[in-house]
Amino acid sequence: MSDMTINLKIWRQKNTNDSGHFEDYILAGVNEHMSFLEMLDVLNEKLIKEGNDPVEFDYDCREGICGSCNMVINGKAHGPKHKTAACQLHMRTYSDGDTIVIEPPRAGAFPVIKDLVVDRTALDRIIEAGGYISVKTGAAPEANLIPVEQDVSNQAFDYATCIGCGACVAACPNSSASLFTASKLSHLNRLPQGRPERSKRTIAMVEQMEKEGFGDCSNYAECEAVCPVGISISSIAEMRREYMKAIF
Amino acid sequence: MPSLLEAFQSQVGRKILTGITGVLLVFFIIFHLAGNLAIFGDPDAMNSYSYFLHQFGPLLWIARIGLLLIFVIHAWIGISIWLKKRKARPVDYKVYSSKGGPSKQSLSSRSMAFTGVVLLIFVVFHINTFALGDMGDAMLADGTVVHDVKTLVIDTFQNPLYAFGYTFVMILLGAHLGHGIWSAFTSLTLRSKKASAVIYSIGVIAAIFIAVGFLVIPLYIYFGGGCDAALIHCN
Ligand code: HEM
Ligand code: SF4
Ligand code: FES
Repeated sequence: MSDMTINLKIWRQKNTNDSGHFEDYILAGVNEHMSFLEMLDVLNEKLIKEGNDPVEFDYDCREGICGSCNMVINGKAHGPKHKTAACQLHMRTYSDGDTIVIEPPRAGAFPVIKDLVVDRTALDRIIEAGGYISVKTGAAPEANLIPVEQDVSNQAFDYATCIGCGACVAACPNSSASLFTASKLSHLNRLPQGRPERSKRTIAMVEQMEKEGFGDCSNYAECEAVCPVGISISSIAEMRREYMKAIF
Repeated sequence: MPSLLEAFQSQVGRKILTGITGVLLVFFIIFHLAGNLAIFGDPDAMNSYSYFLHQFGPLLWIARIGLLLIFVIHAWIGISIWLKKRKARPVDYKVYSSKGGPSKQSLSSRSMAFTGVVLLIFVVFHINTFALGDMGDAMLADGTVVHDVKTLVIDTFQNPLYAFGYTFVMILLGAHLGHGIWSAFTSLTLRSKKASAVIYSIGVIAAIFIAVGFLVIPLYIYFGGGCDAALIHCN
């Protein structure tokens, strides 16, 4: 298969205070087997050789498990494919001559650090607000001491797969962090280890989400559509039920 | 631990309130629709229904005030959610599109605030036309003298501006409920992954039924049907 030429329109922003702008690039020699991030690597090599600033973008694992690579590709968080992180997207999705617009995940709570890299510590603070779970210190307990029903453990695991990428926030018309927060709550509140602090955790995480400046949920379900691990908005419904139980 | 008042101002609390008030408004509107459809009943049906409601006296006022409160809370939260979204994303995307699949983004869901505000303005206008409008008296078959709301309705919808204006707003009501009913189920946590598509379809079908139920009346009257129903002479 012959190489493709891709037209790129990428958001460039020097720092948080810079107002930012789009820059156009024409990138030849893109191979269909390249991952999306490898395509950006090729662009950056070219930019560096030409003495220009490379495009900053976040990544770590490049295998869909760390959640770093969230970027908005032609208006869709993580690109066009369902249940696929940007790093797992391949250039075979595109054709020769395509134009690809790349923007950082945009939300007031995610200030841009540089180019496509945003500060997502707001999500960490939501986790922090959730606090601890009560476990005995000392030697690790015998794993089978606390029985957990298979169904429950499977469901908890499904919710635990949230990789904290913030695509749900990026894609939500209201910039709500409900899916992220709810997936954490549905994971922890479901397991016996997470039960004792259940109410406290639910209230604190819901409060923190608002303090960070994330918007309200309007049940658009766009978050579920872009989530690279397919967390269901059922968790958001669950969060509401948990919250109601907690306040009464 | 937040007080209940604080809790219902949190993001989750607000959503539950939108859901509860939304559902109550839907119940009200179905009740209202049932009353309106009396125009297709026997000639006295509509006026005697109106008379029946007025019999409740103070209770009717309590219901009205309650309804007003529900309306105000619903509209207030709805509009505030919409205003907040702009603050939550100060710099907007140049290109944005839905990823489809499980997404429920649609013309209906994206325009909730718009259709809502039109409904709000409409309701003020609507109350002015029908509740506060000039009504003559009519006599029921049993001799009771009642407000002749039916003639007022029929006269009003002779005017094409009213007939088609109402029809248009009822289409917007349908659009509001197209997302609204499904959304309320989710807000009130009546949700399951498996039943989601079914609930969504039920919501859309209910929205269509409600909208069509309302809008056939102005159209029916405008195109001459009201005259037979009212047993009166129209131009
Ligand atoms: C007074 C004018 C109205 C305004 C301004 C308004 C506004 C809104 C808005 C903005 C939402 C979306 C809330 C969100 O983004 O989460 C909403 C939801 C909803 N509305 Fe309205 N609305 C109005 C009237 C009505 C009426 C008359 C009904 C019923 C017949 C209704 C039923 C609903 C329902 C069921 C929902 C879904 C609730 C939820 O998501 O939990 N609304 N409304
Ligand atoms: S819920 Fe999904 S989209 Fe949101 S942060 Fe977690 S993995 Fe990313
Ligand atoms: S780089 Fe780790 S998920 Fe994409």
